[in-house]
Amino acid sequence: MSAVFEQIFQVGFLAAIIRIATPLAFATLGEMFSERAGVLNLGIEGIMLLCAMAGFTAASLSGSLWLGVLVAVLVGALMGALHALFTVALGLSQHVCGIGVTLFSSGLAYFLYRLIFGQQSVPPSIDGFKPVPIPLLSDIPILGPAVFNQFTLVYLAIIAVPLAAFVLYRTPWGLSVRMVGENPRAADSAGVSVIATRFQAVILGGALMGLAGAFLTMAQFNAFTFGVVSGRGWVAIALVVFGRWDPWRSAGAALLFAFVDALQLRMQASGLGHIPYETFLMLPFIFTIVAMAFMSRNAVAPSALLKPFRREER
Amino acid sequence: MSAPLIEMRGITKSFGAVKANEAVDLSVAPGEILGLLGENGAGKTTLMNVLFGAYAPDAGDILVEGRPVAIHNSADALAAGIGMVHQHFHLAPRLTVLENLLIGIPGKSGRIDRARGLARLTEISRQYGLSLDPNLPVSALSVGEQQRLEIIKALFRGAKLLILDEPTAVLAPSEVDGLFAALRSMAAQGLGIIFISHKLNEVRALTHRCVVLRHGKVAGRVDHPASTTSAEMAKLMCGHEIVPPVREASTPGASVLTLDGISTSGHAGTPLRDVSLFVRAGEILGIAGVSGNGQRALADVISGMLQPRAGTMTIAGKTVTQFSPRELQALGLGRIPEDRMTTGLVTNLPLADSMVLPRIGTEAFSRKGLLNPTAIRAFAEAQIKAYDIRCPGPMVRAGALSGGNLQKALLARELAFDPKVLIVSQPTRGLDIGAARFIHEKFLAMRARGCGIIVIGEDLEELLMLSDRIAVMYEGRIAGTLPSADATVARLGLMMTGAGHTEEAA
Repeated sequence: MSAVFEQIFQVGFLAAIIRIATPLAFATLGEMFSERAGVLNLGIEGIMLLCAMAGFTAASLSGSLWLGVLVAVLVGALMGALHALFTVALGLSQHVCGIGVTLFSSGLAYFLYRLIFGQQSVPPSIDGFKPVPIPLLSDIPILGPAVFNQFTLVYLAIIAVPLAAFVLYRTPWGLSVRMVGENPRAADSAGVSVIATRFQAVILGGALMGLAGAFLTMAQFNAFTFGVVSGRGWVAIALVVFGRWDPWRSAGAALLFAFVDALQLRMQASGLGHIPYETFLMLPFIFTIVAMAFMSRNAVAPSALLKPFRREER
Repeated sequence: MSAPLIEMRGITKSFGAVKANEAVDLSVAPGEILGLLGENGAGKTTLMNVLFGAYAPDAGDILVEGRPVAIHNSADALAAGIGMVHQHFHLAPRLTVLENLLIGIPGKSGRIDRARGLARLTEISRQYGLSLDPNLPVSALSVGEQQRLEIIKALFRGAKLLILDEPTAVLAPSEVDGLFAALRSMAAQGLGIIFISHKLNEVRALTHRCVVLRHGKVAGRVDHPASTTSAEMAKLMCGHEIVPPVREASTPGASVLTLDGISTSGHAGTPLRDVSLFVRAGEILGIAGVSGNGQRALADVISGMLQPRAGTMTIAGKTVTQFSPRELQALGLGRIPEDRMTTGLVTNLPLADSMVLPRIGTEAFSRKGLLNPTAIRAFAEAQIKAYDIRCPGPMVRAGALSGGNLQKALLARELAFDPKVLIVSQPTRGLDIGAARFIHEKFLAMRARGCGIIVIGEDLEELLMLSDRIAVMYEGRIAGTLPSADATVARLGLMMTGAGHTEEAA
């Protein structure tokens, strides 16, 4: 076991945590914005998959990675708008519509991928993002190469966390988001449009989920496979609860999950061969369940989460 | 008197065939407090919702400072200088006081303008004597403070006319005085206030003028409320004389319910600390106290929903401390809970089902594990008739009933089984005079039949009228018990604040 712990403090291990945490952070922030406005988005898993596919395809066909990212973000926003149409404008069940969005998006992703790339024995890949070392900062021992020699999307995620906190806590729009998630009637009587605010928050959330998907196929794996998201969307939903609907805590939750995930990868590789590798694969999820069991006791969800808003009618 | 701040002329509003308001005229001058009186369903709230833009009137005009205005939504109303404090507060509990004030207010260069918000809050606090800590989350405020925040919110948005919909229904007596002082100060500084209530003594104490609504029409206007008797106003409201019920002298029997040294823990709200009390057959024991001083735990312990940590409870001499709600019920305990909508009834089920719920498994309503719908329906129909519960029928969704009718349904449900002990919380909260009177008469009839009744309430006048003895709760303890002959509002009010200590007087 000591070999395992030696590896924890290696540069490669820290870098792996950051890399694993990045798509989770985007996805978690996206889900958080949506839920803060009172809309649970269970479409996240499918939206991430569709965006991963769309971004990969756009990048692969155009040769421009950033165009791929843009397409992924736009597709994410569009799917967010679709979810908002059902749940906010029409006031339908958020659970049912979210599952519907996931099934629809996943199916669409498989279908379009086959349509565009056909059946190939080796999945096509692209030349993905390369790490961009930040001058000076990347020279800091251990931390430098781990944190400041990463993909641009990683830096974007690092900036996204304080930015999300600023938007949520310091801007009138962020206050409106929190208000419509807590007491939409109060927001309405103060002249804030509940419908518009919720739409905006769910669309922003979808766009962030798009970034998460784009990272998977354009930085992490450089290829699209049907299992590329493999539950990261569902994990993000748990991490939002774990992070108590707060950007900083949510990012912390993503890092913690990434730590356990990186740890199990090392354990798989570190000569504990007599244990089936699936055991290690389970670890992050067991960790999530246990953490949730403890944390969700004190978690207080936005009061109006899951509740559609309709003006009082007699 | 100067030109009216707000004038409503010939307002008519119908919902289907029901005329909620018919040709109502009303005006408020700057510096005037107008009382709007009426029973539940008289059209007070509808009229104010028209003024606040929630409903469009079918006919009639609204004039603000002499100019006709069109008010389509709350934003229009706010822009016209009309602010409303609803019965159910429009606040976000997890956000701070300041955030609740700043919602919908444009920021400065993309950021929330906290500094200006704070300055404005301080100004309003000083001007009207309404202070609040801007950084506290709303969930940490008492109900009275939340109401203060709602008032500040309206003033923050520049309201010149403030509508308060039954503001005292949720307040303790001491808080009412504070509210009235603030309202008088606002009126003195030129604001107009519409005060909706059906508590006549409050209207008489506070308002300069009154409009009384009955069946959607103006039933009368009172120009000098202070010198008009409550009986005269009640007559205007109801259309007939209201005679208060008389509690006839009686000799209580043996104790039917006794708590001895009951303490609780692990309960939302204030736990009980060494509570001992008893109620005898044919006696009404009032429990006074500012809400949140353990009344909830007391009601839960007595009805078996909360197991005490220490102490014993006996019903007619039998120890029942660890009994479940169902077992207690079988022994003849009835409960009418504080919250009709959540603990009382299942609002999405038919009324008939809700009315038999506590006894659903008994012989009367089920056979061999199967429900007996005929019996359930027959029971509900009989009670609807006996208690004059106004509803389309026993299969209507319980949540569709008005508060007074729900309370009658709950009362019918418990009284039909002739309980030996009855515990009720806030029995007439939100009910109008007629409905409240009906409930009071039922209690007194039960008392005459030998039932021991515990009434938990905040309305001291109601408790004084009903109770033989009154116990005061303070911070989970019984601060003292008085025979109601010795009790006065002032004395009880003092004990409710923990100031006075009176020895147990049986």
